Amino acid sequence: MKETIKITSVLTVVCMLCAFFLSFVYDKAQIKIKENKKKDIEDAISKLMPEASAEKIEIDNEQIYRLSNKKNGLLAYAFIASGQGYQGKIKMLVVVDSSFKKLEGIEVLESIETPGLGAKIQEKRFKNQFNGLDVSSPIEYVQGSPDKDNQIVAITGATVSSRAVTNILNKKIEELKKIMEIKL
Amino acid sequence: MKNFIKGLWREHPIFRQLLGMCPTLAVTTSALNGLSMGLAVVFVLFFSSLVVSTIKRIIPHQVRIAVYTVIIATFVTIVDIFLKAQFPDISKALGPYIPLIIVNCIILGRCEAFASKHNISSSLSDALGMGLGFTWGLFLLGSIRELFGAGTILAGTAFKIEVMPSAYNPLIVMILPAGAFLVLGLLVAIMNRIEQ
Repeated sequence: MKETIKITSVLTVVCMLCAFFLSFVYDKAQIKIKENKKKDIEDAISKLMPEASAEKIEIDNEQIYRLSNKKNGLLAYAFIASGQGYQGKIKMLVVVDSSFKKLEGIEVLESIETPGLGAKIQEKRFKNQFNGLDVSSPIEYVQGSPDKDNQIVAITGATVSSRAVTNILNKKIEELKKIMEIKL
Repeated sequence: MKNFIKGLWREHPIFRQLLGMCPTLAVTTSALNGLSMGLAVVFVLFFSSLVVSTIKRIIPHQVRIAVYTVIIATFVTIVDIFLKAQFPDISKALGPYIPLIIVNCIILGRCEAFASKHNISSSLSDALGMGLGFTWGLFLLGSIRELFGAGTILAGTAFKIEVMPSAYNPLIVMILPAGAFLVLGLLVAIMNRIEQ
C-alpha cells in the first residue's frame, strides 16, 4: 500500500511539473508560430498577385482571402487547399479569379513528397502550368502534351503526386464554388 | 572526460552501437537536416540526463521507464515548439521526426544505462559525448548523401557550396531511402576496418 502511494505520487508530481513547464513554453512560442503561418500565406499571395492587398473573410467556416486593389476593386480570391499526397500532406495556397473560372496560380506551402520525383511539384515548371488554367470544369492531368485549357502535364515518375495536386485542387474548388454561389 | 570521449568514437551511437536508426536513415537527406536533428538530440539528451541523474533516488524502480519517457517527451516537445517558432523551414523539413525523438533509443538507453546509475557530472559528459557523436554521424551521412544526390553541401544555409559542376546529373537514389542504407553500410564497414 505504501509502495503504491509512493509510485502514484511520484508519477503525478513528475507529470504535473512537466505539464506546467510545457504550457509555459507553449504559451511563449504560440504567438510566433501563428505569425510564421500567417507570413507563409502572405508571402505566397504576394508572389502570385503582388499588386493586390489581401483581406481575410470567413464564409461557412471556410477561410478565404479577398484580393483587391484600389484601382480595379476585387481581383481574385485566395484560399488554402490541402490533402493527402504520396507520403504526407500537401498544403497549397491557391489564387483563383473573382468568377472562379480561371486559376491565377498555386504555391506549395507544405509537402513531403519524394525528393527528385514528387518534390518537383514545388518547381516552377510544374507550378506555372496552373497560371491561367481553366477551372470551369475539373482539372485533368495528362502525360505528353495538353490539348485542352483545363489540362496539365503530370510529372514523369510522379503521377501519384501530380494526381494528388489535381484532386486536392478540384475538390476544394468544387466545394468553394458551391459556397460562393449561395453567398454571393 | 573518459565518459565524454567514448561516445565520439569507441562507443559511437550510430556506427558502433547501431542505435537510433530511424532518424539516422530518414532525415539525413541533406547536411543541414542531419545537423539540426543531431543538435536537437544533443539538447534532449543533455537535459534528460541532467534531470534523470538528479532525481534518480526518488524514482520508484517499477515506474522508472514511464518517468524517463515523460521527462524525455517534455524536452522533445520543447524542441519541437522552439523549431516551429524560430526555424519554421527546418521544422517543416524534419517533419514528424522531431516528435519521434521521444522514442529514440539512444536517449532512453543513456538514461536507463548511464544517467540513472551515475552522478550528475559524469551523466552530463556522457550525454554530451553521445549526443555530439550522434550529431557528427548524422552530419557526415547527410553531407555524403547531399553531395552525390544534389551536388551541393549545406544547401539552405549561408555556407552553401556547389561542389559538383553544373553539368553533374544528381544521383537521386542517394537522397532516397536506398541511399541511406548504402552510405550507412559503407561507413560502418569503414569504421570496422579502422578499428581492426
